[in-house]
Amino acid sequence: MYQYNDDDQTLINERVTQYRGQTERYLKGEIGEDEFRALRLMNGLYIQTHAPMLRVAGPYGLLSSKQLRMLAHVSRKYDKSYAHITTRQNIQFNWPDLIDVPDILADLASVQMHAIQTSGNCLRNTTTDHLAGVATDELEDPRPYCEIIRQWTILHPEFAYLPRKFKIAVSGTEQDRAATQLHDIGVHIVKNEAGETGFRILVGGGLGRTPVIGKVIRPFLEKKHLLSYLEAIVRVYNLNGRRDNKYKARIKILVRESGIEKMTEWVEAEWQQIKDGMEVSDDRFAEMQAHFTPPPYDNSAVQDTSFETNKTQSAAFATWLKYNTTDHKTPGYKAAFISLKAPDSPPGDITDKQLDEIANLADQYSFGEIRTTHRQNMVLADIKQAELFELWQKLDALSLATPNIGTATDMICCPGLDFCALANAGSIGIAKEINEALDDLDYLHDIGDLKINMSGCMNGCAHQSVGHIGILGVDKKGVEWYQLTLGGSSENEAALGERLGPAVAKDQVTKAVTQILDVYIAQRQNEEIFLDTVKRIGITPFQHAIY
Amino acid sequence: MKIIKDKQIIEDNWLHIADDEEVANGDITLSLSRWNKEKSTLANHQGNIGIRVSPADNVSEIADDLKDINLVAVELPAFTDGRAFSHARLLRSRYGYEGEIRAIGSYMADQAFYLQRVGVNAFELENTEELSAILSTLNDFTVKYQVSSN
Repeated sequence: MYQYNDDDQTLINERVTQYRGQTERYLKGEIGEDEFRALRLMNGLYIQTHAPMLRVAGPYGLLSSKQLRMLAHVSRKYDKSYAHITTRQNIQFNWPDLIDVPDILADLASVQMHAIQTSGNCLRNTTTDHLAGVATDELEDPRPYCEIIRQWTILHPEFAYLPRKFKIAVSGTEQDRAATQLHDIGVHIVKNEAGETGFRILVGGGLGRTPVIGKVIRPFLEKKHLLSYLEAIVRVYNLNGRRDNKYKARIKILVRESGIEKMTEWVEAEWQQIKDGMEVSDDRFAEMQAHFTPPPYDNSAVQDTSFETNKTQSAAFATWLKYNTTDHKTPGYKAAFISLKAPDSPPGDITDKQLDEIANLADQYSFGEIRTTHRQNMVLADIKQAELFELWQKLDALSLATPNIGTATDMICCPGLDFCALANAGSIGIAKEINEALDDLDYLHDIGDLKINMSGCMNGCAHQSVGHIGILGVDKKGVEWYQLTLGGSSENEAALGERLGPAVAKDQVTKAVTQILDVYIAQRQNEEIFLDTVKRIGITPFQHAIY
Repeated sequence: MKIIKDKQIIEDNWLHIADDEEVANGDITLSLSRWNKEKSTLANHQGNIGIRVSPADNVSEIADDLKDINLVAVELPAFTDGRAFSHARLLRSRYGYEGEIRAIGSYMADQAFYLQRVGVNAFELENTEELSAILSTLNDFTVKYQVSSN
């Protein structure tokens, strides 16, 4: 993974010093509330219902065991001994004291971590595929490009006060696991006819109140132009994006109001002016790629036979393998998911003890690296098949082996009314209720591939509009109600869910979900997954079941 | 009034003339739109003329005039409006302007470092007590990732 050089380290140390000064001046009354709000947000610090929330950057979801141990330490020392993984591969602490934040940032800086631009109207953390570098369908490892983009975004002087937040995601695979079509900019690694690597650039995707699927602004961009093209898009947005209404300020609205043709014309004209001065050299790419060379895999890993024996002897292990591991490009290896969706734990939450233990497991089995995923789980990406059984036993003992990855209980869920100052309705409680209703593993596995996303308000942090089943909490005269959508997807065939009908009462949500699943089971053909059944039969049969 | 120019606190006498005010003698700034309308009649003005760029302005409109201009003031009507950052960057990097670029309006001392990076070399704030805070932030970072004006 990327290792900081002296300049990288100096930069985050200086950022800690700067933020410490800002906090001190705020506490002395020298910086006003509104001003400090903008300054703290650009360091990931929100003021929530109960306490501040600090969002720490997980650069494209990649963490070292050392960093994981520091996160455990921070959660113990400054918080309530747990952390939360977000849909953009970041890490959140829900209970730090504002006065402690400079010290937390200093602790994080000691392991090459920071909270720079994890919030605010600026360029945010760049995300990518959690299987980067090991995926079987990968054209090229996206992480060197992500790191180049990361460095370009960090403390970008021109784009710190944009009309609204700005998110970039990169995908290097045929199957999009990074929801790139739902980002302000999506970057797809592609090859042209000559076999040269370049990028397809999408613009104007986004979730929130007005979900929009991104449009292609350039089908093929030579890779040396990566940064100039991003800079051109963001400059056009900075100068032309709406600033009169925060709900119309994202780039998706600019693209919609101007049209993709006009937007393309503006961006291309801007890009022509800057492209020659901002080329990324081959040396720079090579230098970055050298940080992401494959670890020393064992060539004989594939010869192991214990793996097959264990599979036949333990049904529970076989089930875990089926749901919580995935193929690896190196024979004899698998990538193993760590489910943070145990029935009794809020989705995405992880304790200090689990963080420490996962760090140990990463050191022992997976070259000391851990990834966070867009669906709020973790991945140990490089597990020898001979060691999977042992790993499974250890994860199971830590309640981290619930075999539910990609199934109905692998829900994306925001913190909801319990924690978030923006939320209109609770989400964690309902997730728990749905989890209990689907606690029978055979039933869960029979339903199979299903993505349920639930947000406690229209801001849509849990991406409900692209859930196969989306659940959105709304407030009606002080009462929590829930709107259901069906048929959304954030993958290749990205689609926004269709609204099923009027919102249902809080105590009817779980019942409605099970009724939806009953319709699916009754109507599905052969191996058809839920999403395909919805596409084939439409939403009417589901409406009949519920209303 | 006191302003910061090239990292020094100095006394400054430029007058910002509003669109409905009469042009006075001496060193004055005019809005970009007024400049566009009246520049041909200002040839005999006694003193220097500067241009104020407000967020919605297009700085390319003054590209040809920059050689005769000593001051461009980029306006931040609110600290959240980041268009001045792009204006300054374009003036310096694209149009090669070498004169004074001054940030005016309502902004935070904590934005001065970024403003300096995009090409601003003078800072004017209503609350002149903030000037010392600006001076102390101009050296917040010794390293940078991006190409910009500085």
